[in-house]
Amino acid sequence: MTRNPQLDRNGGLRHLITLEGLPAEVITRVLDTAEPFVSVAEREVKKVPLLRGKAVFNLFFENSTRTRTTFEIAAKRLSADVINLNIGASSTSKGETLLDTVDNLVAMDADIFVVRHSQSGAPHLIAAHLNAHGRSHVHVVNAGDGRHAHPTQGLLDLYTIRHYKKEFHNLTVAIVGDVLHSRVARSLIHGLTTLGTPEVRVIGPQTLLPAKVEAMGVRVFHDMREGLRGCDVVVMLRLQSERMKGALLPSAGEFFKHYGLTQEKLAVAKPDVIVMHPGPMNRGVEIDSAVADGERSVILPQVTFGIAVRMAVMSIIAGN
Amino acid sequence: MKADPLPDAEAALAALVARMQGKVAPDAAFVGIYSGGAWVAERLVERLGARPLGFIDVAYYRDDYARSGLKPNTRRTSLPFEVDGATIVLVDDVLYTGRSVRAAVNELFDFGRPERVELAVLVDRGGRELPIEATYTGARVAVTRDNTVVLSRDPGGTLSLRVEPVTGVA
Repeated sequence: MTRNPQLDRNGGLRHLITLEGLPAEVITRVLDTAEPFVSVAEREVKKVPLLRGKAVFNLFFENSTRTRTTFEIAAKRLSADVINLNIGASSTSKGETLLDTVDNLVAMDADIFVVRHSQSGAPHLIAAHLNAHGRSHVHVVNAGDGRHAHPTQGLLDLYTIRHYKKEFHNLTVAIVGDVLHSRVARSLIHGLTTLGTPEVRVIGPQTLLPAKVEAMGVRVFHDMREGLRGCDVVVMLRLQSERMKGALLPSAGEFFKHYGLTQEKLAVAKPDVIVMHPGPMNRGVEIDSAVADGERSVILPQVTFGIAVRMAVMSIIAGN
Repeated sequence: MKADPLPDAEAALAALVARMQGKVAPDAAFVGIYSGGAWVAERLVERLGARPLGFIDVAYYRDDYARSGLKPNTRRTSLPFEVDGATIVLVDDVLYTGRSVRAAVNELFDFGRPERVELAVLVDRGGRELPIEATYTGARVAVTRDNTVVLSRDPGGTLSLRVEPVTGVA
């Protein structure tokens, strides 16, 4: 049986592990569902009772205060109970296996696991384990695994692009920087191609682009000015400082000179271009402050939309 | 068992307007429950005079989420007036079990504390499962449980009612 382990018998979303292979209808359903959730924050009572009585466990095997917080806010706005587990500091350091940890938490009546792990494939392993042991009523959301995927970030990027550009079928989107280590880039590329974006570009030095990246359906550029020409959307990626200790890059200053986004480089994009960044930003490394705080930047709306998108994901999977 | 013939929706609307005239507070806000109730609320405002108009999608407050999940195409609830202290008339197309109205009342209270909440419905088909009654009713009709009453609106804005067999519910 080769059924997508993320989908249930009716093609509904049961787990969210990756955007790769997810049908366009499923992605569009998440984006449509997120829309009315944006306004929940404007209510006197900033929550709706959809997940009342459900328990969401944030299982973060790798630190990420930002992502964990947005999932926590999203779950709380749906009235779920949220339990944050800082796994690094507990069971696994005592030798417990990943799946034993999961089984213990299922015995504590978890309904949704939000999983962040440094190893690619960890959320998939948990989802497959739950499906195989008759616990498919427990759902898994991947909050970032290794270099593999960060599907909720990909979805919030898609939501942001759709919010400002309405459609995908006439867009040119450039993803700039450290694509090699970026699960954000991988998820976004899959989502954009599934929704019919005609031109997706990646821009970066050879050392920071995955081998055979063209196979994902993107055009490769090594020169910023060529790559940004005529773009509707520019997505800057975070350059992780730890990567610079290796031989991949000469220095942060050198990187900024060639691939840092400045007003001057952005001028060759379309006049109504939007600039995105998944955060946290390194000002002066991958993006200049004048652009990050400029009128083309939609970096803060991305954060707001991210909560609504995570509410949509959790309310769809928990209802399937 | 053959159901009673349905009333004409426009005639039911006229009857509802007549029953509300002189009774409903002139400053009462109307809140239509998506989707049929929203159409009825828009028409009531035309006939009964300008007043605040809002819309509610009760999807997040329904009691069958655990059974059937979140329905697609949920709309944004919008109440463009101060709910605290307001007199509000909830408007729906068909009053049946009372569950949508229960959900709508719960949702209203997450926006504030209304002074008074009334209920206006185009059609009451009986079959209540909760202690809820309409303040204003356009028409009453008996329809068997295996049928559902559906309101539709043509491009010219004319409302019509029809009966459809219940499908897809396991």
